[in-house]
Amino acid sequence: MQRKAAREGSPFTGLGPVFMKEFSDHLSSARMMVLMLFVIVFGAFPVATSLQTLRSAVDPNSFIFLRIFTLEPEQVGISFTAALNFIIPLMAIGLGFDSVNSEFNRRTLSRVLSQPIYRDALLLGKFLGGLATLAVALVALWLIVLGAGLILLGVPPRGVEVARGLSFLLVAIAYGGVWLAIAILFSVIFRSTATSALCALGVWLFFFILWPQLAGALLVGFAPSEIRTVDDYVALQSVGLGLMRLSPGTLFSEAVLGLLAPETRTLGPMLPSQMRGAIMGAPLPFDQSLLLIWPQVTGLIAGMIVVFAAAYVIFQREEVRA
Amino acid sequence: MSDNVIEARGLLKLYGAQRAVNAIDLDIRRGEIFGLLGPNGAGKTTTILMLLGLTETSGGSVSVLGFDPVRQPLEVKRRVGYLPDAVGFYDHLTARENLAYTARLLDIPRREATERIMESLKSVNLDDVADKRVATFSRGMRQRLGIAEIVMKKAEVAILDEPTSGLDPHATFELLEMIRGLKRLNVAVLLSSHLLDRVQSVCDRVALFNKGDIALMGTVVELANQVLGAGHPLQVEASGIDVAATLRGVEGVQRVTEEGAGTWRVVADRDVRAAVAQRIVSSGGSLTRLADLQPSLEEVYTRYFQEARHAA
Ligand SMILES: Nc1ncnc2c1ncn2[C@@H]1O[C@H](COP(=O)(O)OP(=O)(O)OP(=O)(O)O)[C@@H](O)[C@H]1O
Ligand SMILES: [Mg+2]
Repeated sequence: MQRKAAREGSPFTGLGPVFMKEFSDHLSSARMMVLMLFVIVFGAFPVATSLQTLRSAVDPNSFIFLRIFTLEPEQVGISFTAALNFIIPLMAIGLGFDSVNSEFNRRTLSRVLSQPIYRDALLLGKFLGGLATLAVALVALWLIVLGAGLILLGVPPRGVEVARGLSFLLVAIAYGGVWLAIAILFSVIFRSTATSALCALGVWLFFFILWPQLAGALLVGFAPSEIRTVDDYVALQSVGLGLMRLSPGTLFSEAVLGLLAPETRTLGPMLPSQMRGAIMGAPLPFDQSLLLIWPQVTGLIAGMIVVFAAAYVIFQREEVRA
Repeated sequence: MSDNVIEARGLLKLYGAQRAVNAIDLDIRRGEIFGLLGPNGAGKTTTILMLLGLTETSGGSVSVLGFDPVRQPLEVKRRVGYLPDAVGFYDHLTARENLAYTARLLDIPRREATERIMESLKSVNLDDVADKRVATFSRGMRQRLGIAEIVMKKAEVAILDEPTSGLDPHATFELLEMIRGLKRLNVAVLLSSHLLDRVQSVCDRVALFNKGDIALMGTVVELANQVLGAGHPLQVEASGIDVAATLRGVEGVQRVTEEGAGTWRVVADRDVRAAVAQRIVSSGGSLTRLADLQPSLEEVYTRYFQEARHAA
């Protein structure tokens, strides 16, 4: 068998048209309306109740706008960001689960690939189109929350709050990217859209329901027979945390915590050395917070790239004929 | 530059141990209509996909318009139009929008694209449904839209995989007319089909695939000579005499067989129509029909695969 010779021409030829088509298809689709409705219904509840609570306790020095996102109202029991933590994957899966296999089923794939375009551009265009759609939805949501805050609280957000809020938006988009890549991966692997949706949802359920239990069980396996020193304890804690961080949801919630709760000093078990000199409850400067969550953000982006690369490799080998 | 738009040498495709395409040589000339024939699973679609660089080759070399589909697929795909078997379009878009997407992929400037799309839709009689969603299109309309795409692309080579499958006789006729139209635009057409009489009517040359090999290649007459043997078949309808006995005496006649009541099939080694007519008339018979039988592809095909099965 001969090796595949070097190909000529940019792999990104045709990326623009594919991206634009995917983007406009998504935005005009009924599915997008349903997803938006979904997000608004789930997001509105925590936000509305948070605003109720915050209105009665105005403290000009605190990050009151950020509290809209993170406050866990008693009546609802879930904060806006926690709601996003599991809604974003659902949106991403909804946008991506049929992106490649639907082209097979509609028999459009071989016709499109007979135009001057590499498979690279097709897959990347689909991914970016989905990501842009997700970004539009999240930005809209973010603006709605901000607007509601402005009207109901009657004070404008401070600059640093806006900066933290924007960073939060970017992290949310990256988080959506991971799940979009997962959904697209399944859409490449399975010809049936139902199967790929089911598998993507399965992964989602696994990480949200099963993984915390499983990680706990695994941790028990790792634990030494007795814990003598603080170091032992810390080591065990960090193994547990490491396991949990394999779930994109954990990375997202940690990054959100660092960004939206400025008093957060560490995302791991707190060591006495870190406590020294720190005034409890004092907010960290924005750049320090960014530094704190940087590993989480790179983790999300790396995960997105790895999963997308897997989808890419499989797609290159696939036969075009239906 | 040679006059061949497609040249394949030793083209090979392995699926595991199976040789789906077994080291074939193929030349398609500029402006001709070339037919790929053969039973299901013979390797026609696989060959087509390799010519387009849509599936990897396992060996051999291909040149399409001077480009190598393995290394330069973009150049090949810019110049070659492809109509896959059972072509699909985006159902939620209109005919015009579907072609507009292709035009953007081809990087045709917007204004020029608008014009070319309208022209191409007109050429396949779809201009009055240009703004209808493709979801409402029949099989035949989709197939025509696929041809329109090739026209819009201004392809130099059109590769059509079973363009007539699933079409009614009238739609088939119309589609073949459009294929002839492509030829008039000096487009080389490579098509695969199972409708032998239709293929015969449009194709300049054909290749007969059998289990990954090209068993026969050439014009229908050449194929007939190889498979059915050289000879001029005639159809004779006459009455009043014993036709078989009368004609056996004519110089050049090899066989006379009765095909039906009053109908005979005569095979000769040259054109014996004049002599046959004279003999029948002079023997007192009445000649009602004397036709030069074109060798039929159907016959060639059937005979070839009968013999292939016997040999196996
Ligand atoms: N992805 C695949 N994996 C393994 N074998 C395959 C694959 N695709 C095709 N084949 C085999 O290759 C052979 C040639 O198939 P091909 O589709 O080229 O035939 P065809 O002449 O186009 O048939 P048809 O008239 O039915 O369209 C068949 O025997 C088929 O089983
Ligand atoms: Mg086929």
